[in-house]
Amino acid sequence: MSGIIGKKIGMTSIYSADGQQVACTLVEAGPCVVTQVKTTETDGYNAVQLGYGEKKEKNTTQPLQGHFKKAQTTPKKKLVEFRDFEVSEEVSLGQGLTVDKVFEEGELVHVIGTSKGKGFQGVVKRHGFGGVGQATHGQHNRLRAPGSIGACSFPGRVFKGLRMAGRTGGARVKVFNLRVMKVYPEKNLMVVSGSIPGAKNSYVILEK
Amino acid sequence: MSELIKFVEQDLDADRRAAFPSFKAGDTVNVHVKIKEGNKERIQQFQGTVIQRRNQGTNGETFTVRKISSGIGVERIFPLLSPNIDKIEKLREGSVRRARLFYLRGRQGKAARIKEKIRSKN
Repeated sequence: MSGIIGKKIGMTSIYSADGQQVACTLVEAGPCVVTQVKTTETDGYNAVQLGYGEKKEKNTTQPLQGHFKKAQTTPKKKLVEFRDFEVSEEVSLGQGLTVDKVFEEGELVHVIGTSKGKGFQGVVKRHGFGGVGQATHGQHNRLRAPGSIGACSFPGRVFKGLRMAGRTGGARVKVFNLRVMKVYPEKNLMVVSGSIPGAKNSYVILEK
Repeated sequence: MSELIKFVEQDLDADRRAAFPSFKAGDTVNVHVKIKEGNKERIQQFQGTVIQRRNQGTNGETFTVRKISSGIGVERIFPLLSPNIDKIEKLREGSVRRARLFYLRGRQGKAARIKEKIRSKN
């Protein structure tokens, strides 16, 4: 698996060759820095840790300052580890990584982000319940109610994990198999088909 | 809108946009549309009056062309930047006072005419 860290920019659309308009998301991907290389001998598994986004040194803890010093780079905001990292060339500590080294046009990519927080929401929005479905025939004020949450004295309790209202969004979400429509190495920019989780300017992980 | 979004839209659309003549509501245009039948591709022409342009400046821009085909009004909406549009010819510039000419729908024959725009010399 290889990948890169990026930032969501916003959405636009592209016409495909057959005239379909495809919704696309722009991601500023990289440039990242290799901050750690893990190998089977030293760590028990192979992985590469990448860093992205500048951070002030005074806002960096001393252990992390040492970590970045080892890689001879400035402090980074976001650190992500990719297991069994494979790109065309060998990666070494402190090396910079741009988007064109990892992705090319036409490839499939998985995108991980933190979805927008929606606050406390009912079951219709949170779990896609249908609601009652009728507004007449004696119904009132129960249009978006969850309905029954279980039987009576047997089992005499509500099962764990039953889908109910609650805090929605703000969770880690992974979207699979988005197409890389375009790569602009000079702007560190990548265009993927479809929508990706999170707000604008939020960090996303692109992997394949 | 973010500068980067503008950059991408510019990069993808600028060439196509520049290839079309500037036209607006009231103008008569001939639109060459690519039509796929099986694996064959041919060009169909649709000639009529532009009655509106929507979402100008965005990459989702469309325009509506109206014509009278054997006594029946036909309107067709084209996405401006779609690769299926081969060519747009501007045949005549109309002089109108509105951006959307929906009033043409209720008119027939002589009443549905549009005056030609008179361009001053120089």
